[in-house]
Amino acid sequence: MSATRRSPVLAAVLLLLLAWLVVYPLILVLLEGVREPAGWTLRYVQLFLERPTEWQALWGSLWISVASVLLAAAIGIPLAFLFARYDLPGGRVLAGLVALPAVLPPLVGVIAFLFLYGETGFVSLLVQRVFGLTEPPWRLQGAGAILLVHAYSMYVYFYLFVRAALQALDASLLEAAASLGAGRWRTLRSVVLPQLYPALGGAALLTFMTALASFSAPYIFGGGFRVMPTQIVATRLNGDDRLAMVETIALTILALAALWLFRGARRDNRADGGRKGVAPARLVVRRRGLRLLLAVVGWSFAVLLLLPHLTLLLVSFVPIGTWTTEPLPPAYTLRNYLTLVQDPVRARPLANSLWLAAVATCASVAIALAGALVSLRRPGRLGRAIEALLALPWAVPGTVFAIALATAFSVHEPAVGRVVLVGTIWILPLAYLVRNLPITSRATLAGVRALDPSLDEAAATLGAHRWRTLRRITVPLLRPALLAGASIAFVTAFGDFVTSIMLYTYDTRPVSLEILSSLRQADVGVAAAYGVVLMLVSAAVFAIGADRGSGG
Amino acid sequence: MSAFLRVDGLVKRFDGTLAVDRVSLGLARGEMLALLGPSGSGKTTTLRLLAGFETPDAGRVLVGDEDVTGVAPVARRFGMVFQHYALFPHLDVRRNVAFGLESIGVRDAELDRRVDRALALVDLAGFGPRRIGQLSGGQQQRVALARALAPEPRVLLLDEPLSNLDPTLRERTRREIRELIQRVGITTVLVTHEQDEAFELGDRVAVMRGGRLEQVGTPDELYSAPANAFVGGFVGRSSTADATVLGVSARGARVAIGGVEWDVDAVPGRTLAVGPALMLVRPEALRIAPLDPGSLPVTVIGRRFVGPSAIYTTRTDAGAILDVVAPPQAVVTGARVGLLPSRRVGGGIHLFAPEPA
Repeated sequence: MSATRRSPVLAAVLLLLLAWLVVYPLILVLLEGVREPAGWTLRYVQLFLERPTEWQALWGSLWISVASVLLAAAIGIPLAFLFARYDLPGGRVLAGLVALPAVLPPLVGVIAFLFLYGETGFVSLLVQRVFGLTEPPWRLQGAGAILLVHAYSMYVYFYLFVRAALQALDASLLEAAASLGAGRWRTLRSVVLPQLYPALGGAALLTFMTALASFSAPYIFGGGFRVMPTQIVATRLNGDDRLAMVETIALTILALAALWLFRGARRDNRADGGRKGVAPARLVVRRRGLRLLLAVVGWSFAVLLLLPHLTLLLVSFVPIGTWTTEPLPPAYTLRNYLTLVQDPVRARPLANSLWLAAVATCASVAIALAGALVSLRRPGRLGRAIEALLALPWAVPGTVFAIALATAFSVHEPAVGRVVLVGTIWILPLAYLVRNLPITSRATLAGVRALDPSLDEAAATLGAHRWRTLRRITVPLLRPALLAGASIAFVTAFGDFVTSIMLYTYDTRPVSLEILSSLRQADVGVAAAYGVVLMLVSAAVFAIGADRGSGG
Repeated sequence: MSAFLRVDGLVKRFDGTLAVDRVSLGLARGEMLALLGPSGSGKTTTLRLLAGFETPDAGRVLVGDEDVTGVAPVARRFGMVFQHYALFPHLDVRRNVAFGLESIGVRDAELDRRVDRALALVDLAGFGPRRIGQLSGGQQQRVALARALAPEPRVLLLDEPLSNLDPTLRERTRREIRELIQRVGITTVLVTHEQDEAFELGDRVAVMRGGRLEQVGTPDELYSAPANAFVGGFVGRSSTADATVLGVSARGARVAIGGVEWDVDAVPGRTLAVGPALMLVRPEALRIAPLDPGSLPVTVIGRRFVGPSAIYTTRTDAGAILDVVAPPQAVVTGARVGLLPSRRVGGGIHLFAPEPA
């Protein structure tokens, strides 16, 4: 009996579980949108199609997402070239700093922008003072504000993807082009750029999907400007549940259409032999003036990128009610942090977010591991189906999944697989778990594919049973991949806002919701302190994931 | 014979270490030179200096009467075949081969004609639409050759052209490259660490060590008259032992080794001093003889079968290891035998001043 032969029971159970968690709720939403207690109806679809606000929201979602991709590309690609191709003073530090927006959970980034560029933000007040204006110089509202936040948080995708691709470029390709008489411009256009297509496509798709699903920025800054995720939440608040379902379906269709349009973008067109040779050496900028200019540009940019982090830190020391119109807060205190620990009402959300994220992460890693092993050992339709199910939540915006889970688990009909979870403490971990499946499974699948299958067989010939092989061989070898996936999943769940706002209960309210309510009570200090904690925990978890992940 | 490609006192340092140390070379038009040396000997750096990918710290590179030392690779009109070919993976075979021609403004029908000619040259006519990923290693190598040759460069540079091929393919490809380059008649510099490759492909071979040129010559010259023990050891099979030069004459030298005295042919151009020396011996320069007062007593410690003959590894009483060629069944391992210089004219036994430790 081969050690690699698993009983089909595990695969079948896994497939059922995933279908129940991932596909079933979406199907229910689809059905609820066209069904009333009385029977089938297209009334809500018709209502959706007739209302101009729905079309405006749909159009808003689309153009904001496209514009986000363009802006993120315009910032991220030049930065990637700057740091991957040129040897600058302090370049290593800069290259790391430039990726820092990634440690700001979406809502935290948004409030940092509020403190910086909002009506009473540092920069706004500073500009107002300097130019002696009576009004704030701008209003951080509407599409412009949303795009600003998106550009800030999403250029990182382009930056990281393109930088990695540039570093993986075979230097001899550039030399070959040079020896064949191709100048700088032709080499860039016809040799470098084609090698970057997969990275560019991947980054564009990721940015588009993130922008399409983005909720925090439109929710806080949108004002009258609606995109689909905020539109769905508003409709639900009005009690038009069935219309919200139709809106949900519309957003899902938009997301799937984008995915379909980009389907070829990630195809790798490198040669079969893969990468050989060495990465191109960084170009040393010798001209002093240019070198200085590049360094100044790089460092100013890094400061600009770090402003939100620094602002949060500063505001987190502001006592409640002391800072109104001064450019800098007049008083500072540690009370805000103490409150987070000492006041049980304030401490609760932190504890909640920690355990919710931890439970969801562990469960999604376990499911991802099982899924990866099954799909590896059972290539073919079953394996592909499991992989597809694991990846599906990525294509569906968080708002959609929140609605879908809220729909599926608000009714007690065990016979058709529906139980009441909404309103219990279990709905949030479940939601986080489903949303994290693509992240953990992508990392785990990559790890499992890199495993040498003969290790498994070796363990079997040495008499190790299946569980012992898994525990002693497979899991330790996969640890870097598991940790990498787990760290991203944890950070995402820990700072989650979009699903939480629709599913939380008072007892399970996570940090993001508490940030929002502190902000509403004008307690900016506590809101910022929560933000700083989120930021630090995210950074620490990323660091552990990257460190253990690569160190093994 | 005036040199078409000339290298004059080329020096290149990397972080203080000398990678290329005062290398000077001259190639006649159409000549093929192999740069041979172990890894780290500076042969690849020399090639990259020729291509213009590195800038020398001193020295010049000249083609005809033109000094190209400061000329960018783009403008040098040198063709290069990279070790891993560096074919553009996103372009098909035809676009790859056309790439250099397009750089020099060849268009339309002329472009098609010259691409077809280059592909036919490497026996890949009809392969134009293929993707690079669909080609075998040998085919990729030929595409790389066609791509380098298509713009009709002044000089062709080959970096370890065969190192990526299966051993079975190597010998055939070697022959093909040789014929192709002879047909094209292009001045060629090739880098390799394999002696067989250098000997078959190079009209002349330049042996490098530690950034320096140790010797430049035809394969025959290198084999029969190595300039030093390194060249002798690197080129062809040999073994070494300590010996003492007793006297030097016009025809040769008398040396003492292991208590016996041998007469050794002189190598033209090499001066010998009386005293301790390093003796380098080709296996065919010795023969196995009965133990008698004239022969060097050794113990046979190993035998490797190489077809019509075998190479026996022997150990002298002083501990030196000497290889000797003999018929496959001449002696058995463990036997005590004597060694004598074979009666071949031209030596095969070389004496050098002892290497400084």
